[in-house]
Parts: sequence; C-alpha cells; structure tokens
Amino acid sequence: MKPLTRRRFVTAGIAATAGVAGVAVADRLARRYGLLPPDDGGIYGPGETLTYAAQRILGRHALAREFPRSMISASPFLNPVAPPTDAFKQSQANGFSDWRLAVDGMVAHPGSFSVADLKTMARCSQITEVACEEGWSYIAEWIGTPVHDVLREVGVHPQARYVAYFSIEHDWWDSMDMGDALHPQTLLTWGMNDGDLPVGFGGPLRMRVPRQLGYKNVKYITRLTVTDSMKGIRNGLGSAAPGGGYSWYAGI
Amino acid sequence: MVRVTHWLTVIAFFALLISGMEIVISHPRFYWGEVGNVNTQPAFVIPIPSSRGSVPTGYKFEMPDENGWSRYLHFEAAWLLVLTGFVYALYSMGSGHFRRDLLPARGERSWRDYRDVLGKTLRREKPDAAEARSYNAVQRATYLVVIFGLVPFVIWTGLAMSPAFTAAMPLTVEALGGRQTARTLHFFVSWALVLFVVVHVTMISMAGFRSRMRAMVTGRTAGREDA
Repeated sequence: MKPLTRRRFVTAGIAATAGVAGVAVADRLARRYGLLPPDDGGIYGPGETLTYAAQRILGRHALAREFPRSMISASPFLNPVAPPTDAFKQSQANGFSDWRLAVDGMVAHPGSFSVADLKTMARCSQITEVACEEGWSYIAEWIGTPVHDVLREVGVHPQARYVAYFSIEHDWWDSMDMGDALHPQTLLTWGMNDGDLPVGFGGPLRMRVPRQLGYKNVKYITRLTVTDSMKGIRNGLGSAAPGGGYSWYAGI
Repeated sequence: MVRVTHWLTVIAFFALLISGMEIVISHPRFYWGEVGNVNTQPAFVIPIPSSRGSVPTGYKFEMPDENGWSRYLHFEAAWLLVLTGFVYALYSMGSGHFRRDLLPARGERSWRDYRDVLGKTLRREKPDAAEARSYNAVQRATYLVVIFGLVPFVIWTGLAMSPAFTAAMPLTVEALGGRQTARTLHFFVSWALVLFVVVHVTMISMAGFRSRMRAMVTGRTAGREDA
C-alpha cells in the first residue's frame, strides 16, 4: 500500500464527496421522475430501485414479444391455486353473469362493469409468453379489454401513479404503475386461445401484464383502485408479494 | 482498485451462486427453445426434490421454498457485479492493468508458450523471480476469457430471461434461441464460473494460500511494494 500522502488524501476526499452528492442527486431525480418502486426500503431496496429505474429508462413504451400462432403451447401448464372460496363458487354457479369489476379511487366516475360490459368495449388479443419466477413458461393467446380503455371510461385524475388490482380470493392483490396500466398490452383478460378464459387460468377475469413475470398476473379480478401512493393500501408495499420476499416490480 | 473490485466481485459471486441454486430448486428442469414447463419434454432434469409441489420429481419430499429472499438477493448482487465490473473495466483500461498484466505478453502468444506453462505447473517447478510477479500466459488467457467472456455471457443470458428487458431488446433473447435456452445456458455458464473459482483457489493454495491472500488484501508481496 502506498503511504497516505496529502495528494491521495485530497483525491479520496473529493471522490467521497462526489459519491455522496451523486447519490443525493440521483435520489432527487428518481423521485421527480417516479423511478422509485413502493418496496424501495430495506436491504434489498437499492437493487429493486436500480432494476425498476433502469427498466423504466430503457423501455417505458416497449412492447412484450409476440409470437406466431404456431408457437401457442399445446398443453399450457395450469399453475394450481388454493381451492376457491364460497363467493367464487356462487358466481361460478351463475356462469359468472353476476361477476363485477369495481373501479374506484382517483377517478372521476367510479363504476362497476360486468364481463359482458367489458366485452362490448375494445377487444384486444395478443400471443405472448407467461414466464413464472420459478423458471417455466408457456405461450398462449390472451383476449381481453385493455386496462387503458376501462380507465378512460372512468376518467383518471392526472396525479394518479398506480393501479392496484384485487382478486376475489383473500389476500391476493397486486399493483402496477401507470406506465404498465396504460400500456396497450396490459389486458383485463376474459378469453384464451379463441375460447372463454378457463377458471384454472384465471377466468372469468385475469390481469395480464406481459412485460412482467407470472405472479403479477393475478387471477379472478374484482376491483381496480387508482391511487397516487401505495402507502395507504394494505401493507403499503404495492402488492402482497414483497411480504413473502417477492419484488413488487417483476419485469426484472 | 483492482483488489477492491476483486473482493466485491467475490461477495457478488457467492450471493449469486447461493441464490441462483435456491431459484433452480423451485424448478430443477431445463429445456431448449422458447417455452418449457412440466407438460413439455425437458432437455435434462437435476435429480433433486423441488421446493414447489407442482413439479413432479419422483420425491415425496418438498424442499423449503426460499425463492423470496433469493430473488431479491440475486438481482441486487447482479447489480453489484455489473457496477463493480464497469469500475474495474474502466480502471484497468485507464491504468494499464489490462495492457500490462492481462493481454498476453509479446512473445508469449504461441501454443508452445501455453504448453510450457502447463508443463511447468504440472511438474510443480518453482517459478523464477520474474515469473512470480506477473501472470503467465495461461493465467492471462484464462482471466481474459472469464472477465470478457464468461461474465458478460452470464449477464447476457440472465437479462435474456427478463420480460421487460426482452421487450425493449428482443434480439438479446432471439439470438440465443429462446427464453428456455437462455435459462439453460445461464445455468451452464454459472457452473463454468464455479469451475474457474475452484481451479483458481486450488492454484492459490498450491502457491501458498496465506502469502497470496495477504498480497490480494494488502497489495504487499514479500520484498516488493505493489499497489
């Protein structure tokens, strides 16, 4: 090791000061441009923040890869979920005709939609891959109504930053930023491979966020809440996932 | 700076290795191509129990599911590796470390040089004073392959599994032949890096573990100051 000369001491001092100032400036910029995820605290916060900010800078409007029809998986893997609750079984007995999607929070006209209502709005389809955090994946055609169209119907306040979405099943919920909520491929999905969306795959209504991993694609959606902060919603971390260690942003 | 980045990389490497193995346990099956799941034919299966009940492994036993913190740790450590790598690359280009210590020295670029080094090492000949202070031809080639080949490739194959990154840059996964191919290659390259670390540590032990560690921590080698 070289002896600590005055020159080295001054150089190190300048470098350390520049480093601290750099982090402070980066933090302010990240706040201004909405580059901080709701789970930005704790020991894994820096990694999560870097990932989320980098992806938002790299490709805010990029489209998830789509595939030719010939690549649709013949036998997509049905990821088992907990047995349905009574509320779900009751609606299933009625053929989901009474299924409602409530939209509330920072919107001009809170409302509620049946699956039939959604089907009369814009219809979009995409052939995209579902990739699970475990490592497996499959490709399917997903048919549904863009969240974007539902939000236009209810009128979103300009200060809105997130859309939280809730399943009929207890403690199953998640959220996404407006970048993903307004993204053309983010669908309230009610159809799959030219048929109704099967219950096992999330029917009657599943959130499809193809630029993120499988666990963001919550099944059995009954409510959307538009908000400017995730702090006041349930655990305040933006989704049920960070409680179990799973990051809020799953675009990786 | 080279020593600081070396030890940061060691931390990142072990964090990535442990968390990566935990993630593999949740689905110890590998595939070629774009898609793969328990309904498709695997390329190969690691014969261990899984941490998820939905994977048929032949074991009745389920491993504890540690994916939560493993994923947080994996991606944070990946950032540490990438940022450290940038600092190291800039520094070693600027300081001459790259040109002086890593590029094969002039007159040491023939097959005979590599064969000589291997022969000397296998016969366990003591290196002379000049050799002991600089990397030999095989070391230089290995470090170059690891630093500019394997590490960038493991980062690339990792990113090729990211749905948001491949949305922005689809060629990164298409060039590899699909998402599952990227995952399988990521697995292989990780083991190539483990092999490198095992050999690296073995060679250090043969050269004298304590003196080599002291050199890499403090920069001092016996009889010479080296920062």
